[in-house]
Amino acid sequence: MAHSQSLLTARAAGLVACRHCTHVWPAGTRTCGVCGSALSSRSHDSLQRVWAWWCAGIIAYIPANLFPMMKTDMLGSEMASTILGGVVELVQHHAYFVAFVVFFASICIPLAKFMAIAWIAVAIRRPRGSVSAHQLHRVHDVVEFIGRWSMIDVFVVAILSALVQFSVVVSIHPGIAAVSFAASVGFTMLSAQALDPRLIYDASEQPRHE
Amino acid sequence: MSSRHPDPAELVACPTCDALYRFAPPGPRQTASCARCGTVLFAPRPGAIRTVLALALAALALMTIALDYPFLTMNANGLTAQASVIDAVSSYAVDDMAPLSLAIAVLILLLPTLRLLLLVYVTLPLVFGGRAWPGARTAFRLNVQLRPWSMAEIFMVGVAVAMVKVADLATISFGPAFWAFAAVALLLAAKDAVTCERTLWHILRAS
Ligand SMILES: [Zn+2]
Ligand SMILES: [Zn+2]
Ligand SMILES: [Zn+2]
Repeated sequence: MAHSQSLLTARAAGLVACRHCTHVWPAGTRTCGVCGSALSSRSHDSLQRVWAWWCAGIIAYIPANLFPMMKTDMLGSEMASTILGGVVELVQHHAYFVAFVVFFASICIPLAKFMAIAWIAVAIRRPRGSVSAHQLHRVHDVVEFIGRWSMIDVFVVAILSALVQFSVVVSIHPGIAAVSFAASVGFTMLSAQALDPRLIYDASEQPRHE
Repeated sequence: MSSRHPDPAELVACPTCDALYRFAPPGPRQTASCARCGTVLFAPRPGAIRTVLALALAALALMTIALDYPFLTMNANGLTAQASVIDAVSSYAVDDMAPLSLAIAVLILLLPTLRLLLLVYVTLPLVFGGRAWPGARTAFRLNVQLRPWSMAEIFMVGVAVAMVKVADLATISFGPAFWAFAAVALLLAAKDAVTCERTLWHILRAS
């Protein structure tokens, strides 16, 4: 693809680009004439929205770990298990691989995601020497790609509850943590989506104008 | 050959880093990437639209099977229980968790189906050489925006984990809906891999 000029950004050229379909419009245009998306040269409230959803995600994440994810009713006695408890249970059943998958999806990914988003949002604001825009952007892409997979445990509880309802012997019910965990995953997905990656590159290389 | 102020209609910008390029459609097997950040901008593949339409129609057909037939059958102490996808979805409806039940229905059934329908609406007229139907652009934009929220494949991994968890309580057998839904998840992933969003935008713009 031919550069119109070497590394001119749309903003520096007095244009605003559509992040959905790549078409460019004169600066100030509000909606993309091709795909109908709202246009903004840079979403200036991008970081605010990132942090707002990030906080919501953290707030929902705390009860998700404290309260039971799943309640197992066995012969009248109720056993509640948290996210971590569910992993421990799998390890006790020697299902190490599945235990690893659940541990990774429900504990590692959410925590790593909170840290990664916060790191990007902080790093954008300051001139950085060691961390390149490429690295930050790659982290952002990984967060966006992998974040949805945290939802696994919520689905597991849904399937178990549907399946294990049939006898007086055992029944499984979802716990309140399933709700807050699902909410937390949703909020962090919104947080990652709110980040305008163009801000990452703006900070690394000032567009040549003025 | 390049004027100093080219017409914006001939330009495109990288959605990741805002670098500006003169639009030159890459060849059928080529890929155009952003020189600044490496984002793949255009990766047109010959016959991609036809493939996407075929995959989407197949996935829709399988989705109807996935909804109607039993998903998993569980056997324990002579008792048998069957659960359909709908059962799994509505399991949260008890215990005052209806909102979550609704959210799950949206994530694993409604959004995947809606995305498929939107895509069929967009690609069907294009495959048969006609002009795009009215509202096709809105339909395609919605299809793209809803992508991260459509979680059929994650649900299938959840099923696998759930089966390990009940393995010592009962024996599990798969119903037809299980295989249908697994196929839907695969077709959805294949369809998204084949679609080059931005190439389709240029086609929609021209039509
Ligand atoms: Zn657009
Ligand atoms: Zn990105
Ligand atoms: Zn770029």
